[in-house]
Amino acid sequence: MIKMAKLKVDGKEIEVPDHFTLLQACEEAGVEIPRFCFHERLSVAGNCRMCLIEVKGGPPKPAASCAMGVRDVRPGPNGELPEVFTNTPMVKKAREGVMEFLLINHPLDCPICDQGGECDLQDQAMAFGIDSSRYTENKRAVEDKYIGPLVKTVMNRCIHCTRCVRFTTEVGGISELGLIGRGEDAEITTYLEHAMTSELQGNVIDLCPVGALTSRPFAFTARPWELGKTESIDVMDAVGSAIRVDTRGREVMRIMPRVNEQVNEEWISDKTRFIWDGLKTQRLDRPYVRRNGRLAAATWGEAFGAIKAAVSATSANKIGAIAGDLASVEEMYALKELIRSLGSENLDCRQDGTALDPSLGRASYLFNPTIEGIEQAGALLLIGANPRLEAAVLNARIRKRFRRGNFPIGVIGEATDLRYAYDYLGAGVDTLSDLASGAHSFGDVLRGAKNPMIIVGQGALMRPDGAAILAAAAQFAGSIGALSEEWNGFGVLHTAAARVGGLDLGFVPGANGVNAADMLAGMDVLFLLGADELDFSRKGSGFTVYIGSHGDAGAHHADVILPGAAYTEKSGTWVNTEGRVQVGNRAGFAPGEAREDWAILRALSDVLGYKLPFDSLPALRSKLYQAYPHFAEIDEIAAGSVNDIATLGQRAGTQRGDQKGELSKSGFASPIKDFYLTNPIARASAVMAECSSLARNNFQAAAE
Amino acid sequence: MSVRRLAEDQFQPAMFAFNEENAVWAEATIRKYPEGRQQSAVIPLLMRAQEQDGWVTRSAIEYVANKLDMPFIRVLEVATFYTQFQLKPVGTRAHIQVCGTTPCMLRGAEDLMEVCRHKIHHDPLELNASGTLSWEEVECQGACVNAPMVIVFKDAYEDLTPERLEEIIDAFEAGKGSEIKPGPQVDRAFSAPEGGPLTLLEEVKPVRTNLEPQRGAEEAAPMPPTDAGRAKNVAPEADASIKTPVTDKEGAKARVKAAQDMPLSATAKTDPDPKSPGSAVEGAPPEPGSVSGDLKPKRSRKKAGPTEGEDK
Repeated sequence: MIKMAKLKVDGKEIEVPDHFTLLQACEEAGVEIPRFCFHERLSVAGNCRMCLIEVKGGPPKPAASCAMGVRDVRPGPNGELPEVFTNTPMVKKAREGVMEFLLINHPLDCPICDQGGECDLQDQAMAFGIDSSRYTENKRAVEDKYIGPLVKTVMNRCIHCTRCVRFTTEVGGISELGLIGRGEDAEITTYLEHAMTSELQGNVIDLCPVGALTSRPFAFTARPWELGKTESIDVMDAVGSAIRVDTRGREVMRIMPRVNEQVNEEWISDKTRFIWDGLKTQRLDRPYVRRNGRLAAATWGEAFGAIKAAVSATSANKIGAIAGDLASVEEMYALKELIRSLGSENLDCRQDGTALDPSLGRASYLFNPTIEGIEQAGALLLIGANPRLEAAVLNARIRKRFRRGNFPIGVIGEATDLRYAYDYLGAGVDTLSDLASGAHSFGDVLRGAKNPMIIVGQGALMRPDGAAILAAAAQFAGSIGALSEEWNGFGVLHTAAARVGGLDLGFVPGANGVNAADMLAGMDVLFLLGADELDFSRKGSGFTVYIGSHGDAGAHHADVILPGAAYTEKSGTWVNTEGRVQVGNRAGFAPGEAREDWAILRALSDVLGYKLPFDSLPALRSKLYQAYPHFAEIDEIAAGSVNDIATLGQRAGTQRGDQKGELSKSGFASPIKDFYLTNPIARASAVMAECSSLARNNFQAAAE
Repeated sequence: MSVRRLAEDQFQPAMFAFNEENAVWAEATIRKYPEGRQQSAVIPLLMRAQEQDGWVTRSAIEYVANKLDMPFIRVLEVATFYTQFQLKPVGTRAHIQVCGTTPCMLRGAEDLMEVCRHKIHHDPLELNASGTLSWEEVECQGACVNAPMVIVFKDAYEDLTPERLEEIIDAFEAGKGSEIKPGPQVDRAFSAPEGGPLTLLEEVKPVRTNLEPQRGAEEAAPMPPTDAGRAKNVAPEADASIKTPVTDKEGAKARVKAAQDMPLSATAKTDPDPKSPGSAVEGAPPEPGSVSGDLKPKRSRKKAGPTEGEDK
């Protein structure tokens, strides 16, 4: 129960929770308080002094509203409500004074500053400052620091708000930035100017209220006011972070986070933020057909003709389709309808061979506790998951819960730095059975906790014995009380943005179908919808059609390439690991002759003689929503049933026999070997390549 | 003070470790702090590392960080914040810290620094040619009574003259610093007066006043209240005998009438002050504090003595 406190702000009486600061109370009353160091998601520093207000009955001087709680203001002598003022001459003078101080050493380089136009200092100097300064002395000069390939520093501009220091320490979980020196000589830097290693470091660019920390890849390329802004959804991981794609013309200039409390709060990972240069390189901008062993540019007609020839030359059960990790629900639906109408059941959206199956119920492959639900969890067990690399933003949410304390975390799998402390339980299946049998003490911790939570990663599922492990984990979840109507603590952590949508669609082999690995080896005609994460060394000699945006592994092994649109170039639906249906919007057009993937499939279906029954995206969606109503519930989660997981758990014993032999003894290993290079767009990005080589070198240096 | 950075790589030793005695001491120091607060030992440990090596090396920072399970940057923050931590090599035989705060400065700290400039190096925190000496200016060391003073390692040398400081520097340079007695370098004990005590020279006998019988209240002589503590206003305009528009309303009216009748007469000696809203010339009551000439005497704060106005 939240206790409420009443107070008056500028004479207006309001009631706010009593843990609020005065700044938050003033916001609640509709008064804007300028601030630099205060940030809702970081600890209070109280060092910029911009948020000064007048407190009635307090000491006769302005008070920093960010550091003073609602509980700290005293009522009047006769029990009047405590009162604060934000519009008195004292406050005005205080703001002007603070602003003048801040600007003593701040360079007047707004015309060449990348923060110009979206700068807190600029805006607040206009709103709360005075027109000139009384200081004629030289401004201080600070050496710029190297803190990595992503964040550019211009340290003359720093006003020492320490938001970046607090972010890396508190949210990032790794103390990389610090404020060295003191007074006028204080400087923000990393230890000896080493590059930052956090996967969330790009967020300090957004946090920096001035132009001291700016985006290095975006430097000097555009002004914020000349960019078109499109709200969309990220596809780099299965979290589905809310993003804003900033474009100039048809070129994506940068990607920024949007606030979505349920998913990413206001953070995004570096891969999400800095991927955009990969959208400009290695693009497939025209159809290609392989002639005499070499891919040659062709027209759409020639490409479709080649496909028609190949399809008509084979039987239906030798035709298959694999959907990649970035595909949207719409194009997977179109591809599924096309393959079905060709008479084949060879479909798979699980390139990595993960043992998830929609026939086990939707709850069996969702992150059921939800990302926001992590904050309610009482204990956590990670099975074969490395959320730091597989879902960096979700990892920040786990760390947020961890920082509140009383949150035991156990890990089965790889013992890596997850940015929070955990108990390492073991590497593989044996540890899981020890936990289940009660031989391991961490099982009691989970049983004793309110709302215990289990995260099963792809590292545990993309193995031959994955189905048995999934069942064992489900059984264990039931035995520790993680499965009830109020709390479903069993979560599968996905790494691919398309995966849950594909499973929802039933984009898996039918009764007579074969899975992705077998399709790659044995199909006569194989459609790859942006599928690049396959082991192409095992590819058979069949005719391969690649539909996708980037010239990556899939395109290299294709016989026909149909150029598609990347995720910023199409309107599409993606379902994140929680099962949340989200729609991304088109920020620009695909290059050259490339088209949106669903349109390619629609045109191809006409050539093949099985015309798909829609001519526009709305028509496709209405068909889709008819067949799968939950896709119409945008931004909502159609929750899975707890009973599905309980049923899945009951299969745990029986499955060892009928699966491929016994459970393997080898340890769980995360599928993500290189955080920065997980998909074709990232592999085309120079920035990601630089980050990747830096991370590899750091890893080597740490190992030595 | 200037920007403090770690020393250049060529000065940095390859590694740092506490010697045996210091390692034992460090463990004991860390144990002083409650469980989970061991990182609070960072300042004592860094100081001990400085005492061991003479200055805080990069390896010492990393050693302390590892020992306390802290990120390197957090220890670097502490080491760069406190100017007591020397981040560059200082003189091997002596690092002279000259107090330059006001009392020492008034008593000749500038001259001491001139000696250091002359004998050691022109700039503070630089080694002399042989690397044995260095100096810097520091803030108050708390020996203002014995100003001016310097500190070498943990000893203070007080009541210095430039000549005496030269001798001290020479002694340290020669490795005989321990032969010099720390403390005042003149004939005085600690901060006692030079040449012996100046007050309380004779033996003081206790006087027990409370043994005498109390005087009765009736014996107390009746005394009128005094105005000994009151401020005496001797300003000419406060003279009580001067007539004001308040004390002499009739006279004032007559003068105003005269002024209105004959505006060009010599009644108003000065032009009315344009800044004041009204002046006596226009018949307005005088503004408090707006005194110009004898016409508008200021009312004294205290009404001293009787006045002869009828309005009393």
